[in-house]
Amino acid sequence: MAQERKIKIIVAKPGLDGHDRGAKLLARIFAEAGMEVVYTGLRQTPEMIVETALQEDADVVGLSSLSGVHNYFFPKVVQLLKDKGLDDVLVVGGGIIPTEDVDGLIKAGVKGIFGPGTDTGEIVKFIQSNVRN
Amino acid sequence: MSTDYAEDVLQGSTRAAARLITWLKNEDDRAFPCMEKLHAHTGRAYIIGITGSPGAGKSTLTDRLTHAIRQSGLTVGIIAVDPSSPFTGGAVLGDRVRMSQLSLDPGVFIRSMATRGFLGGMAKSTADVVKVLDALGKDMVIIETVGVGQDEVDIIGIADTTCLVLVPGLGDAIQSMKSGVMEIADVFVINKADRNGADQLWTEVTGRVEQDHQIKPRSWTPAVLKTVAVQDEGVTDLWEKIQAHRKHLEESGEFIEKRRNRTRQETLRMIHNELFRIVRARLQDTGQMDRMIEEILERKRDPYGIMRDIVNTWLCIPANNKETP
Repeated sequence: MAQERKIKIIVAKPGLDGHDRGAKLLARIFAEAGMEVVYTGLRQTPEMIVETALQEDADVVGLSSLSGVHNYFFPKVVQLLKDKGLDDVLVVGGGIIPTEDVDGLIKAGVKGIFGPGTDTGEIVKFIQSNVRN
Repeated sequence: MSTDYAEDVLQGSTRAAARLITWLKNEDDRAFPCMEKLHAHTGRAYIIGITGSPGAGKSTLTDRLTHAIRQSGLTVGIIAVDPSSPFTGGAVLGDRVRMSQLSLDPGVFIRSMATRGFLGGMAKSTADVVKVLDALGKDMVIIETVGVGQDEVDIIGIADTTCLVLVPGLGDAIQSMKSGVMEIADVFVINKADRNGADQLWTEVTGRVEQDHQIKPRSWTPAVLKTVAVQDEGVTDLWEKIQAHRKHLEESGEFIEKRRNRTRQETLRMIHNELFRIVRARLQDTGQMDRMIEEILERKRDPYGIMRDIVNTWLCIPANNKETP
């Protein structure tokens, strides 16, 4: 292989939430860590996010939600990825996620949840050590 | 998904196409047997290049043009290229933001690509990725280059019709006289035409096209048209001009000539790359490379003589030599 393999990550904003400062900052942080980041923009449906992951052959899907829709959207993305046979894609999430929701999301197959104030280096490390080979 | 990705691509599998493209980008050896199988099924797609400066509206125009093409019943593959960081190798690929509505259309396949240090406005594997989308059955393939300056013109080596997207306010008439990117357009698109200066830019570009014709008559006179992509204005006109250019190429015989030249360039490049890879690997593995560099530095040898020796040595190796890697 002549080219070093690069982690490809989709950074997506599901739902009607219009706040994407955090998602954009993370997109830059992932790129800074050497990843190829596809930013989808706002108002994505789970179907749009999963189709994007499929076409881009993404290793990771990062979901950002600040509007309280995480309990519906995050598990839905995980489920649709499974339906498409993309079960080796790492799904992580962040934003405003109440502590009591975290367990449920992890059980639903979201591998990591990162709330406000998380050290961004920790997120990068988590992705690098949990991504498919 | 089976293990025969080529067969899956021919059956229309998005996932197989997506994975094969990843292999091509990584220069993974597994890609080549697939590409060999796909070759017989390529050559049908028509290839449109969209190039222009950063922020000119290439992604938005690509989105709107794709909607127009889809209305005529054709399917579309899109390759959207953005730059890699020269420092970290990472990239933010943001072209899909303008194409959100296309992501659920089964007749459209979009792939974002980073340049990974390759100059010229595209990623190194772009031509191969075009073939995958072609074999996947897409009727049209649109390549959106990175934002270009004056000299990134590699797109003409791949695209059948090249559209150069310009916007008002980036310079005076002298800019439109220059060589380089201004020479490669089959269609000039003046986007954001609702802004001040659009008419002036149109006049300058049209003047250039007329001068070009006076200097050396060409069989195709590039079209110059105005669009406001975000409002979907002028996009149908653009699609019509692209079709007109295609008709011109096919009727004049230039189409087949273009494809012949492209095949020649591509084949030579592939041979060049593979020869170079083999020779370099051998020179490095045997330690000969390091010895040569030292000799050159110490002025015991010169690089010109060394180059000639190496070429002579390699060209004299019999084809059936088992030691040849």
